[in-house]
Amino acid sequence: MNIMVHAPILAIAVPLLGAFALPLFAKVHRNLRDLWGAAVAGFTAAMAVALAVQAFTSGIQVYTLGAPSPTDTVVAGGFPIRIMLVVDALSAFMGLITTVLGLASLVYAWRFLREDQGKTLALTLFFLLWAGIYGLEYTGDMFNFFVFLEITSIAACALVGYRTWESRPPEAAFKTMALYTLGGLLVLLAVGILYGEYGALNIAYLSSKIRGALVDKVALGLLLGGLLMKAGTVPAHMWAPDAYGEAPAQAAIVLVGNTQASLYGLWRVLFTLFGGALFAPQVGWLVVALGTLTLLVAVLMAVIQVDLTRLIAYGAVSQIGYMLLGVGVGLTVLSGRPEFGLVAIRGGVFHMLNDAATVGLLFLAAGAVYRAVGSKDLRALGGLGHDLKWTGGFFLLGALALAGVPPLNGFASKILIYQSSFQLSPILAAIAVLGSILLLAVFVRAFQGAFLGPRLTKAEPAPLSMLVAMGALAVLVIALGLVPGFFLEHLVNPAADALWRGRDLYLAAVLGG
Amino acid sequence: MGNFAFLAAMLLVGIGLWALVSRRNLIKLAIGLSIIQSGVNLFLVSLGYVRGGVAPIYTYAPPGVPMVLPTPQALTLTAIVIGLATTALMLAFIVVIYRHRGTLDAGKIRELKG
Repeated sequence: MNIMVHAPILAIAVPLLGAFALPLFAKVHRNLRDLWGAAVAGFTAAMAVALAVQAFTSGIQVYTLGAPSPTDTVVAGGFPIRIMLVVDALSAFMGLITTVLGLASLVYAWRFLREDQGKTLALTLFFLLWAGIYGLEYTGDMFNFFVFLEITSIAACALVGYRTWESRPPEAAFKTMALYTLGGLLVLLAVGILYGEYGALNIAYLSSKIRGALVDKVALGLLLGGLLMKAGTVPAHMWAPDAYGEAPAQAAIVLVGNTQASLYGLWRVLFTLFGGALFAPQVGWLVVALGTLTLLVAVLMAVIQVDLTRLIAYGAVSQIGYMLLGVGVGLTVLSGRPEFGLVAIRGGVFHMLNDAATVGLLFLAAGAVYRAVGSKDLRALGGLGHDLKWTGGFFLLGALALAGVPPLNGFASKILIYQSSFQLSPILAAIAVLGSILLLAVFVRAFQGAFLGPRLTKAEPAPLSMLVAMGALAVLVIALGLVPGFFLEHLVNPAADALWRGRDLYLAAVLGG
Repeated sequence: MGNFAFLAAMLLVGIGLWALVSRRNLIKLAIGLSIIQSGVNLFLVSLGYVRGGVAPIYTYAPPGVPMVLPTPQALTLTAIVIGLATTALMLAFIVVIYRHRGTLDAGKIRELKG
């Protein structure tokens, strides 16, 4: 049996099994638990990477569950009745982001989490969330999309709120859970409407049938609402700073991956599911407007934050705005297909990878600060650079990259977004540049407040495993900034093409012909 | 006549949304979400209804009688299980919040804002 044929389902099933078996191994011995976790993570990452290599080199990978052969997508009559996983270049790209964030989180968590503060629980929830995110990215079926959405919601909220001995995390978790549940129910309602109309749940089959009737518009509206809520865009962004701010650092960076998976779902719905219905200009403008609003509101809210993780959280929300702006510009001009539309989508998709590296690095650095001095209040912090040299350096690197300072990675993708949104409307580009300048001011102030100045308290430097995780993301930040062309050519451009022109290929891969 | 189930489902969703925006008690918010869940589940299951149809169990169905669609029932079962998990988790958070604060009023639990 060729194991690579089964890579899509293994990348979801193995971390799921890993999550539920982890507490059992922890009962035996904590070293056995760590060994199990490492084995599961290593295998899952290997599957995701191998799957990405296949998807990038030999086209869309389809895996049909329960069929005599995984490639038997349709039964006689050309109707797909089975659940299937469809991995195109964009799914594979998202899977790589999830892999990087998951591995960094796990390496970091090894020394960051304390045994007496629910380490086993946190690791279990991490694997559950990881499996859910892979599922969101690989599924080719609307109902399973909803199921994985809920798996990630439950695991993410539990990760935010499992530290029940403190008062703030459960509050943040409840708020997040309420909004996630509402968003999930909107998605389920839309799935029900589409099923009632077309009698199918398969994305490719639905896409070939949707013609833009009134019920389709209602379904599109519900899907947009639910997914934007889960991605933390203005005006449904209230949960994001709470969740990111109160989650422990190793969980916050997986939450970034979870948010991006919701955005991926949005792209899939807009470009693949409704790609043939030509709502593009209006919905594109809506996405552009929400993106611009999100980045502006989030940056302005970041200015007044005094809590280090909440400040980074608003920085993370503002980056969602940049992604929406980039891809939204591409969607707006999808019917005319001018060159700058493709550039905009490349910018938006590339920014997802860059955001994962930079925001991840910032959250990990903030976690190291919190672990060292037990506070994240910028009014009380100061002079940490004397003891936390590496952490300070990583924070500064992340801050500059987030603000889009060349030659770091944030600049490489933002320049694509600036250029292309300028061609749609100069005002959009102006707002995007303004947001970056404000972000730079906010994060330089935060760096100065926390790391510079006289030494206030003695801080214990971060342990090696945390430094390794931060160092890996820092290397990624620098590499993506120095040689963006390499990553663009091999990863981003195929993923952007999957949105720009990939719908026909996607449909052909599932429905044949 | 055949659309009554859909109307009832939408009414439940509406009641739930009203509870979400107008209530401040955390448990009532959870109830509101639960009512929306019920509405969506009712919607899903009524999608597959066939007039006069019997339960879609192949070996039990008398010949010649139509069966209701099985897929929406499978979807609804899954959605009910997921709804149970989310409701349980939400109620667990409410218990913890109450232990810390001694109140369930969302207006008074405002440690996180801005």
